[in-house]
Amino acid sequence: MSSRRLETSFLGRVSYDEGLRLQEARVAAVQAGTASDALYLLEHDPVLTLGRSAHRENIVASSADLSRLGIQVFECGRGGDVTYHGPGQLVGYPIMNLSPDRKDVWKYVRGLEEALMLSLAEYGIEAGRFERLTGVWVGQEKIAAIGVRVSRWVTSHGFALNVTTNLDHFRTIIPCGIRSYGVTSMARLIDTPPSLEEMGRLVAVHYARVFDREVVWMEEREPAGRPA
Amino acid sequence: MSKDVIMPQMGESLAEGTITKWLKKVGDKIERDEPLFEISTDKVDAEIPAPASGTLSEIVAAEGVTVPVNAVVARIAGEGEGAPAAAAPKAEPAKPEAPAKPAPAPAPQAKAEARPAAVATREPETPRPSTPKGDGQTKLEKPYGQYPVEEMRRVRSSPVVRKIAAEHGVDITEVAGHGISGRVTKQDILNHIETAPAPAPGTAPAPAAKPAPAMAPPPVMPAGAPMPMGGLFVPDLRIPPYVEGEPVEIEPMTIMRKKIAEHMVYSMSVSAHVTSFFDVDFEAVARQRTSMKHDMEEKGIKLTFMPFVVRAVVEGLKKYPYLNAAVMGDKIVFKKEINVGIAVALEDGKGLIVPVIRNADEKNLQGLARAINDLGERARTKKLMPDDVLRGTFSITNPGVFGGLMGTPIINQPQVAILGVGAIEKRPVVVNDAIAIRHRAYLSLSYDHRLVDGAMAEMFMASVKQFIEAGNVQ
Repeated sequence: MSSRRLETSFLGRVSYDEGLRLQEARVAAVQAGTASDALYLLEHDPVLTLGRSAHRENIVASSADLSRLGIQVFECGRGGDVTYHGPGQLVGYPIMNLSPDRKDVWKYVRGLEEALMLSLAEYGIEAGRFERLTGVWVGQEKIAAIGVRVSRWVTSHGFALNVTTNLDHFRTIIPCGIRSYGVTSMARLIDTPPSLEEMGRLVAVHYARVFDREVVWMEEREPAGRPA
Repeated sequence: MSKDVIMPQMGESLAEGTITKWLKKVGDKIERDEPLFEISTDKVDAEIPAPASGTLSEIVAAEGVTVPVNAVVARIAGEGEGAPAAAAPKAEPAKPEAPAKPAPAPAPQAKAEARPAAVATREPETPRPSTPKGDGQTKLEKPYGQYPVEEMRRVRSSPVVRKIAAEHGVDITEVAGHGISGRVTKQDILNHIETAPAPAPGTAPAPAAKPAPAMAPPPVMPAGAPMPMGGLFVPDLRIPPYVEGEPVEIEPMTIMRKKIAEHMVYSMSVSAHVTSFFDVDFEAVARQRTSMKHDMEEKGIKLTFMPFVVRAVVEGLKKYPYLNAAVMGDKIVFKKEINVGIAVALEDGKGLIVPVIRNADEKNLQGLARAINDLGERARTKKLMPDDVLRGTFSITNPGVFGGLMGTPIINQPQVAILGVGAIEKRPVVVNDAIAIRHRAYLSLSYDHRLVDGAMAEMFMASVKQFIEAGNVQ
């Protein structure tokens, strides 16, 4: 049996609300059965997003500070608390129908973590899970955040992996409402971090492997080679 | 005929969900499959469609309420002739709460899919490879999918490892992997090559890669291999909890039970626990308490020994900030606030919670007594707010409530020390070479030896002892 198509694209810099619109349209199409699963890989302008269960007090910076740093604030329908997105962070939005064979959101989230861990391992970064805190961690520092929305078993939102993210921007919030632990990035852990596009392609490969999908690149350009 | 709307099972290990939003009001007409409400489980929000057409006649679970899977959250009155529950993924013959005697539950090695519904909330632990995690801080959870151990090692080893293995003619499946998900790390393979030049029979360090259902051999730490941080791993349940035919009854753990279980095992695996005991004279404090008790009662405060102990602890923590800290990788996080958690058992003895007295160093004896009364009461009656249990920097527990002399408490992560207060009772003791009757108790301090050495723990305890024995606590 052949794997289902995962139409994958690297979109470069995309504003947060444009990303939302993109996802909404694709979710509707996948629900309607008129489009295959998709994986959008991109980076956002600096933004704080508040999940459905967000606590405003987890934004610790004043609005003056935020506007000085050029950080916008958005509310959205994913799970989780406050998250920061910004340049240098690989954001992945898998729009995937979990029906009929993967109807388990817990496993889906674990699968996302797995794909990211496998990708990081290729750069010699031993990332793992930490306590019951969703996300991907290196030691006690979070390197990738996860927040997912499922609507009729079609997923949206997804993961945000710090590649060369400006970690200072995380100081404006208590990430995901978790006070005790820090954040980290690939740039902090290895000397030569990959470009976002390179990392995106690697994550797509592992994502497809974990979820048994066939990656179909949606642009004409040849995919960048995987690191040796 | 009305149709029950139930909390769907969004994943086999998810036992509950929180209703975040009702998209329809009571009285609204609804179509089957139309989005009806939204729920949230750990990091996932989901929109749940109506299982049938009709009129929303009742909302049982309001927004913000967390209910177990399969609990009724609303009712639809209506037209539809009881359409099948389309909303409920996995329309198992669901037995909501009270599980009747489940069918003889499968032995742990049984396939996940074969589990009867009644034990569905048990962690569906598929046999995990017999490997520890790579470093003590990243906790391994079950891998996605059900790869056999050998495949996990082969498939998920990095290219570098595969290359080294090929060069040395080593079968990766024979190497004990200490990486994530049992992956063989570069260090593993190098150690393997170094330590196993001649495979001497009988001393083979590598566990054979057969899917052994019985006790897996403990992972062999090759000599000279760096001990992973924490040095411990959380083994799977390899000994079946009961044997075939043994009469048992199985019930799912409550959420609180599961959290306590995880938290405790995690703490034991991450901290280097050591416990010291001190015999402390409470005579002065007992007298002070007796003299103040009546006045306090008139103010509505029940004066126990606990506020005296908290005052003593606060003074100790001020002098020894290492005990008011946390470990972050190779860094020490000193906490600026002194927030003391006090373990409170729930009334039925099933479960406990640790409400926190914030800024305990800013309170006097009376303020502490009041705070302890309040938090204890709200803990027992389950009226604590989430904020009440956050940001503790040190904990106190009370193994002496029912007469226990002393305990060896487990550290409440991410803290580094916890004080156990044994029973305070009259005992014959030697005072000035005479036998006297004094109120005494054994205090025990469990501390994380990663951060706190014995001498510092002793100095802290000596300070606590001295403070309590001096009496006249303000």
